[in-house]
Amino acid sequence: MNKMGVKAYTWKLDIANGRVDLSHGAGGRAMGQLIEDIFHKALDNDWLRAGNDQSTFAVPSGRMVMTTDGYVVSPLFFPGGNIGTLAVHGTINDIAMAGAVPLYLSACFIIEEGFPLADLECIAQSMGDASRETGVPIITGDTKVVERGKADGVFISTAGVGRVPDGLDLRADAAQPGDAVIISGSIGDHGVAVMSKRENLEFDTAIISDSAALHRLVAAMVAVGGKHIRVMRDPTRGGIAATLNEIANQSKIGFHIDEEAIPLKPEVAAACEFLGLDPLNVANEGKLVAVVAPDGADVVLAAMQAHPLGAEAMLIGHAVADENCFVQMATSFGGGRIVDWLSGEQLPRIC
Amino acid sequence: MKYIDEYRDGRLAMDIARQIVATADLVRSYHFMEFCGGHTHAISRYGLEDLLPPNVRMIHGPGCPVCVLPIGRIDAAIALAMRPEVTLCTYGDLMRVPGSDGSNLLKAKAAGADIRMVYSTLDALRIAEAEPNREVVFFAIGFETTTPPTALALKAAIAKGLGNFSIFCNHVLTPAAIQNILESPDVRKLGTIKIDGFIGPAHVSTVIGTEPYEFFAEEFQKPVVVAGFEPLDVIQAILMLVRQVNDGRHEVENQYIRAVTVFGNEKAQAEVANFFELRESFEWRGLGEVPYGALRLRPQYATYDAEKRFSMVTPAAKDNPACECGAILRGARNPADCKLFGTVCTPDTPMGSCMVSSEGACAAHWTYGRLREKARQAAAARAVA
Repeated sequence: MNKMGVKAYTWKLDIANGRVDLSHGAGGRAMGQLIEDIFHKALDNDWLRAGNDQSTFAVPSGRMVMTTDGYVVSPLFFPGGNIGTLAVHGTINDIAMAGAVPLYLSACFIIEEGFPLADLECIAQSMGDASRETGVPIITGDTKVVERGKADGVFISTAGVGRVPDGLDLRADAAQPGDAVIISGSIGDHGVAVMSKRENLEFDTAIISDSAALHRLVAAMVAVGGKHIRVMRDPTRGGIAATLNEIANQSKIGFHIDEEAIPLKPEVAAACEFLGLDPLNVANEGKLVAVVAPDGADVVLAAMQAHPLGAEAMLIGHAVADENCFVQMATSFGGGRIVDWLSGEQLPRIC
Repeated sequence: MKYIDEYRDGRLAMDIARQIVATADLVRSYHFMEFCGGHTHAISRYGLEDLLPPNVRMIHGPGCPVCVLPIGRIDAAIALAMRPEVTLCTYGDLMRVPGSDGSNLLKAKAAGADIRMVYSTLDALRIAEAEPNREVVFFAIGFETTTPPTALALKAAIAKGLGNFSIFCNHVLTPAAIQNILESPDVRKLGTIKIDGFIGPAHVSTVIGTEPYEFFAEEFQKPVVVAGFEPLDVIQAILMLVRQVNDGRHEVENQYIRAVTVFGNEKAQAEVANFFELRESFEWRGLGEVPYGALRLRPQYATYDAEKRFSMVTPAAKDNPACECGAILRGARNPADCKLFGTVCTPDTPMGSCMVSSEGACAAHWTYGRLREKARQAAAARAVA
């Protein structure tokens, strides 16, 4: 019989060969062990070490921002990252697009029975690395295990809070005719990197995901031209086509963009070509689109180009008065066309 | 991208555009049909119509395999996919094609049908091999370009002794459809649709060659230029057609000499002939029954023919009566003429087939060109005022 204070004997977690089973989500010792040996170890900080069901932190003055996000990427591991890095970067970026400084994150893992512990550890460690590198701690979390077939490996759901610098008020309905449209770098890298590893579609490519946290780039932009920035958004699903259409509709303006000005890696262009995709619709995970008042366009662009994550930033067009809220593009061929939202999932054409 | 960017050179395009302006006779108009959806897509995506003078107009033809598939075939595919033993493998384009009563394969999949999106016939074969207890059916669609891969899949299935693989064949033929358009009453007898020439699809001709067009270039006295799918290919083909019309010629010319020959790929043709035969008649959405306009499996391969294997029936089904897809596919109407266009029928909520695929005339017009229509209407309104 165990005496009070004597730890019951448990088998060591077999991370190399073991798999997540239903007991890891059942609230017993196995779950505690999984959380301790994988998540706390990887994400280590004072809040997690305290072992509470929640974490407390001091509230700064001014305005705060909160966001939530879900990650269901397939495959879980792709060139340039995995679902874990994506979750950290993506949540930080959602906060940063308000011009805000990200402070804390949370993470909830929904794990499918049978998922290899080694993969889970790898994902958790990637999140820990990303969290330390970005300086944004994951201070609370949750773990659930569902029966085989009820999830696809692992899903991650996050939340994040941040602080908005005083005087900054970025909103999607604030773009005005004449504003400059700036993109922080080449488009489509993430979508193509993920697709290159999809089952049945595998192709060899040197393209890696652009997954990155943009809060430091944003801080550099805000420092020099915060008052000129009207809207920022990270063009994830649906690519820059969706982002520009969203802003156009919310701000009730149109955009004129120039195809030749949009940075696009030749490898990404080639992959899109043979997959029948339009790079404007392909997802990014480490890029932002900024709509900037004309007076501030030069300084903001210069600040972006001086930062490693914005070295290839380009001015790609302007907002215009347009009651139809169309995004129009001058093609490199010399004609013009509308850039529309994508309908349904972007799928390769067949002939 | 080497060998691609060269065919998208804006400066060369301007040069050819200037030649078209200089060559086109101002006192007449030119109406050319690009048969293939691939050309429609290129024209729209690169804004090619902006480079043409007002008296040179393009008519978007029926060459989109998704668009011409009749509702009944979609209904039949859905019914097949709902059978518990069947795994239906399909190209992604087909998932949202509307069947009867707002149904489509995407909704059937959500309702429990085992429908898998594949990128090639080989994916379907792999599934059949990996899952011997499933009846794997490949939903084969497309013109002459996609028929040889289906033939090779069948050949491979037979060689591997795959007893659980079959094909729902909907392959259709380009020359038969062009002939059907030229013979339709509104083109031939009434002359309400003016078509001065055709741009023929190069990818089809890499398989069938240019020779099959000789007959109707002669019979109907319409010039045909077989052209590639890059924007420079298309604009050069337009210049070639303008010249033929000016000269009173009606020849089959080959713009795509980098891959197309007179007789095409005879090995591919032989493989197709081994496994497929002509259907006496096949319904095309928009065109109606087209004689000898489609293929089916030869009777000796009946066990691989999903229509026979599962005793499939193609129910009679009608398009929404207000849908103008038929007239649009024949060039009798413009997308913007249709009452449904842009109101209830958009790429997100397609009513007619032309709105489904990005190669469909309506979807291309909506996605890339509806602004042009608005500008035209505004100009017309100003002229009236």
